[in-house]
Amino acid sequence: MNFFQEAKSLLKVNIRDYGMYIALFVIMLTFTILTDGLFMSSRNISNLLDATGYIAVLAVGMTLVIVIRHIDLSVGFAAGFMGAIAAIMLSQLGVPVYFTIPIILILGIVIGMFNGVLVASVGIPAFVSSLAAMLIFRGALLQVTEKTGTIIVRDDTFNALGNGFLPALGHVAGLNLLSLILGALVILYFIYAEISKRNQKIKYKFEVPSNKIFAIKLIFVSAIIAYLTWILAGYNGFSWTVVITLLVVAIYHFLTTKTVLGRHIYAVGSNPEAAHLTGINVKKITYIVFGSMGMLSALSGILYTARLQSATTTAGTLFELDAIAAAYVGGVSAAGGVGKVTGSIIGAVVMASLSSGMNLLGVGISYQYMIRGGVLAAAVIFDVMTRRKRG
Amino acid sequence: MGGNILQKTSGPKSEGPGGNILEMRGISKNFTGVKALSDVNFQVKKGEIHFLVGENGAGKSTLMKVLSGVYPYGTYEGDIVYEGTVQQFGKITDSVKTGIAIIYQELALFPDLSVYENIFAGNEVKRGGVIDWNETIIEARKMLQKVKLNVNPETLIRDLGVGKQQLVEIAKALSKDVKLLILDEPTAALNENDSENLLDLLRELKSQGITCIMISHKLKEVIAIADKATVIRDGKTICTLDASKGEITEASIIKNMVGRDIEDIYPKRPDKKFGDHILEVKNWTAYDPQLGRNIVKNVDLYVKKGEIVGIAGLMGSGRTEFALSIFGNPRNYKLDGELYVDGKRTRFSHTSDAIKAGIAYVTEDRKGDGLFLIQDIKSNVSAANLKGIAPGGVINDNEEVKVANDYKSSMNIKAPSVEQIVGNLSGGNQQKVSLGKWLFVGPQLLILDEPTRGIDVGAKFEIYTIMNKLIAQGMSIIMISSELGEVLGMSDRIYVMAEGRIKGEIAAEDADQEKIMEFATQ
Repeated sequence: MNFFQEAKSLLKVNIRDYGMYIALFVIMLTFTILTDGLFMSSRNISNLLDATGYIAVLAVGMTLVIVIRHIDLSVGFAAGFMGAIAAIMLSQLGVPVYFTIPIILILGIVIGMFNGVLVASVGIPAFVSSLAAMLIFRGALLQVTEKTGTIIVRDDTFNALGNGFLPALGHVAGLNLLSLILGALVILYFIYAEISKRNQKIKYKFEVPSNKIFAIKLIFVSAIIAYLTWILAGYNGFSWTVVITLLVVAIYHFLTTKTVLGRHIYAVGSNPEAAHLTGINVKKITYIVFGSMGMLSALSGILYTARLQSATTTAGTLFELDAIAAAYVGGVSAAGGVGKVTGSIIGAVVMASLSSGMNLLGVGISYQYMIRGGVLAAAVIFDVMTRRKRG
Repeated sequence: MGGNILQKTSGPKSEGPGGNILEMRGISKNFTGVKALSDVNFQVKKGEIHFLVGENGAGKSTLMKVLSGVYPYGTYEGDIVYEGTVQQFGKITDSVKTGIAIIYQELALFPDLSVYENIFAGNEVKRGGVIDWNETIIEARKMLQKVKLNVNPETLIRDLGVGKQQLVEIAKALSKDVKLLILDEPTAALNENDSENLLDLLRELKSQGITCIMISHKLKEVIAIADKATVIRDGKTICTLDASKGEITEASIIKNMVGRDIEDIYPKRPDKKFGDHILEVKNWTAYDPQLGRNIVKNVDLYVKKGEIVGIAGLMGSGRTEFALSIFGNPRNYKLDGELYVDGKRTRFSHTSDAIKAGIAYVTEDRKGDGLFLIQDIKSNVSAANLKGIAPGGVINDNEEVKVANDYKSSMNIKAPSVEQIVGNLSGGNQQKVSLGKWLFVGPQLLILDEPTRGIDVGAKFEIYTIMNKLIAQGMSIIMISSELGEVLGMSDRIYVMAEGRIKGEIAAEDADQEKIMEFATQ
């Protein structure tokens, strides 16, 4: 097989996986041209990613919920409510931030588990139980913010999660030094991981892509990471939000692709009855997935409250639908059993890029909604078509 | 469309040359690179029962899909001559209009609608655009009489057994004034009694002039009622056998199907050695809270090491329920009685406990609750024993591929690679994946529920051979089966179940079909 044939067949087989990245690239390129480069400016990309964080972590959790054939509509107001509780603890009760955050995350897990019990043990459809929970959290949010209205948070450590950046440690040619170092470390780790993966495969005598293709892949991905690092380093460097989001994605990516728990989640999603007969505890998996969703809702609430430096009465409105849209754009299947955490993150970035780009262009909000709706539909159509072709 | 059932006419029926109602000439069909059918010729005389036989994947179902318009005109080569004219069906409704009806193995009924609603679904009895439900019920009764199904037309499909559902499907076809009825493995899910009824009905329909094409893996049926049988192998017509010339025999069909002689489809085990009881249940009773009654009653049963124990019985006799009640009780029955594994009394609270104790259950419904159809072969094989490929909890992808490749080659699973999606495999290969999943767990007792349902003779033989190999490695097997030939051919000891009870226990040497049926219908 010559080089071009190999590249072509690789692309063809993985078109569904690469489709989203290509779409994101096209969207970014289009906006960059239309805005004379403003879109890809350090400041805009940095803002865009920071504004995506609290939706992205929800999308990660939502991916797993949809994979096991459920849905969670309560995450938006759950995030808003828990963000408000965090604000109250910090501002009114004087609880130190290092206690507040773990307590809120644990509260999130408890709330999520409760949803899981309703769904798995009582047998209420997730749509209904989470709709009920959504109303309850909305009321609860209003209740706790009723007296004071907006609760201002003055804790700098906490607020840094939403607005702060990693310390620079110095500058090289006007670029943030620590960010450059981090970027370089990520590239080195990526290259190391890819090479060791390839060596393992060779040890097992499996087929691997040719050296040329492999080298191009390494260079290509490294270049993208380097470019992003360079852009971010040109502004304030990596923000805490971006670091936290990337950590969440890395942990969940590992969990879903490399662990027994992850396999069990996809097994339950693709056929719950078969999963049960395979010895998988379907209820336990459901508790875990909803528990993780609750924890990520809490994290989302923390990020959002920190970003606004306050808890408001309407915090979390429609977060759940943004998260669900990001998951679907990212290739999660409504039928269950299919969907990647990394895909959903790209989906979240695609949706955020659309908003950001259209804002820069001064597109009216009415058109923005329509265009985003169209993109959501197009993404799902693309997914269905490529799936049908394979099957 | 309005009430076409009321104006049924028996107008002049045209026939092709030589009394053929159907002639398919030189049919070829390609699926992106794969030749499913090549130059198939197929002729059916009016009023005959014509069987299509062949191994899974031979192209039988594809041929019928070409005929019924599932694959529209233009996507295949060749001609379909039906009632003397060349047909160009663009969609299924085109073929239905000409009197062709096809009934698939997976029934296409609405479980939550009544019998009469189902019979006239898509073909409603209307007056002025409004459905006349009273007339519908009256017409439905007539159709039910024709298929000799004695149920209230207002019964929900959900509440009928598979055999009766099959009859409703046929009634539905009859309501559309069918001339050519195509049945794709109609008896695969039926017990002996229901199968007999269905065959009788087909004879009856034949006497009324309805032509029937039937796909079946059950050679007994072919021999019993076929006028002709066309054998298809690898997408080509091999031959058409004629009953009136005495050409339809088991040997001739098998020989043409597999292209070689199979002396005995039940391979023998040379030396049988039995050990201690590895499983025993005493006075075992299971109560189903949903049905509100006992579905397994006072069962006493044991399995020795190195033994194949057959459990025969009609469908609904409680065999699957018994197996599930032992295998960690996934349906939450209320259990009573004693269960011993390796001589120790025990109870399982989840399927995972049963698996830990060395018991594996290969389901009768591999698509429904056996396989992860949207996942690939390797994920299915490793699903029940992820620890085996995940030292320290982290999955080793390469090890997984290696394990799956081992099973693929040792069990002769036909697929391009272990990354193939299981939903795209043929029935026999799916069954092997389902079996491979449990072999990777390494159980000491394997419960096989209808291990060869809906798979072809060649794959059956392979499954039997695997079973014997496992016994030789020290495993024990409980085989639940509705196919008497298989129970008799493979078992060392046979239990017969009926109405949730063990009605009889027979040693293999003493067993024959009559004895089993006698116990089963007690």
